[in-house]
Amino acid sequence: MKGIGRYFIFLHSMFVNRENFKTYVGQTLNECIAIGVNSVFIVVIVSLFIGAVMSIQVYYNLQSPFPSDFLVGYSVRNMSILEMSPTMMALIFAGKVGSNIAGQLGSMRISEQIDALEVMGINTTSYLVLPKILAAFITYPLLVIISAFLAIYSGLIVAELVVSVAPEDYIYGLRFKFNPYLVRFALYKSLFFAFLISSISAYRGFYISGGAMAVGKASTRAVTDSCIAILLADYILTQLLLHPYVNI
Amino acid sequence: MIEFQHISKAFEGKTVLDGVSGKFDQGKVNLVIGASGAGKSVLIKCIVGLIHPEQGRVTFDGRDFMNGASDLKVSVRREIGMLFQGGALFDSKNVEENVRFPLDMLTDMPQNAKLERVNFCLQRVGLSNTNQKMPSELSGGMKKRVGIARAIVNNSKYLFCDEPNSGLDPKTGLLIDELIQEITYEYNLTTTVVTHDMNSVVSMGDYILFIDQGKQVWEGTSDDVFKVDVKSLQDFLFAGGLMRRIKAQT
Repeated sequence: MKGIGRYFIFLHSMFVNRENFKTYVGQTLNECIAIGVNSVFIVVIVSLFIGAVMSIQVYYNLQSPFPSDFLVGYSVRNMSILEMSPTMMALIFAGKVGSNIAGQLGSMRISEQIDALEVMGINTTSYLVLPKILAAFITYPLLVIISAFLAIYSGLIVAELVVSVAPEDYIYGLRFKFNPYLVRFALYKSLFFAFLISSISAYRGFYISGGAMAVGKASTRAVTDSCIAILLADYILTQLLLHPYVNI
Repeated sequence: MIEFQHISKAFEGKTVLDGVSGKFDQGKVNLVIGASGAGKSVLIKCIVGLIHPEQGRVTFDGRDFMNGASDLKVSVRREIGMLFQGGALFDSKNVEENVRFPLDMLTDMPQNAKLERVNFCLQRVGLSNTNQKMPSELSGGMKKRVGIARAIVNNSKYLFCDEPNSGLDPKTGLLIDELIQEITYEYNLTTTVVTHDMNSVVSMGDYILFIDQGKQVWEGTSDDVFKVDVKSLQDFLFAGGLMRRIKAQT
């Protein structure tokens, strides 16, 4: 409980004695590159393979005498948009970006760089952490959109080439009973996950004490805590936002 | 002038500072000396607000830093320059960006005026033409010099140095000490240096505060420090072989 209280105080401290707006613009753009642009490669690779695997697995699971090929596209669409792209990418994002944030802030802490900023009268949480959270907010939903598109597209290619589903059937499945709310729901989730990953990782890195070992531990804790928070938030958000409104 | 009274701090029940008081005057190099673990660094971190003491009071030219409003704390901090043990340079920024950082964050100076000021400070610490070097390309002594340049670039009134010559060879350590002393007198700063280096004690202690096991044991000047008959201070001063030999010969 003490840790949770400290986490909320940490979040609150970002908005007290803020620096000027121009500072955040520059910092946030730098973080968008570090957090978002540098994650595109892993997102592309993972999404292409997930889409391909989902396509094959759904096809074999739906083998029946009745025409069901369009269900491959339908299932890949729903799984990609609802779960694979926002949630699974979040777990990967937590591993890549979360450990990076915790490691970076942890190194700054043990080398007294954060102390140097504090002595200058700079609000260190606001200057160092807020741009990371804003950058995650901006870039993670975009990564989710890229991921969902690539997963669905790779599913289409594999469906045609490997399990001989006609592209027209796959595309019919993609359009079948499409509810745009699913995309909005995925983006809501991605915003929550972006916040959780960046803030929890920053919190873990910001308050370390000790040496290099502590930085490693903080990175591990950041990833573990972020993953637990993502899964918990995923369940709660699905109950609150999806279950009552959508009949898939 | 910086005044601090009854500063006490404990970590997990272990007392690190026990009611330490003192006064650091403007235009002087004030030394805080003591063995490793005596509480020297904790004391200056309490004074600059990096560590919150359990009790005590700190004033900067009469301004109550510890109990004042957050705006007051920020304004006092913007008059503080600090040199950390390892330099604490921002490793993603080059020398010029490191030194310019306080100006970027705390002033509205035009870019060319900032560059002029940065070059002046780098020249003052003997590091002209190193603007584009990264901290990883600098030696320990150069990092300390850049740290000093960054500490004075914003016309700080108070300069704190945490073991400025630790990890340096004696000659470079002396050069850093001389630089700190020169800058203090030149800009009339209130300078506080935490050290356990005997060369610093001999050469630049306008005021010396000796701390042992978290307690304030002695205060005076470098002229008096070797004449005092306080056992813990004598043990500290003459712990090294060279100092013992000098003592035996005199």
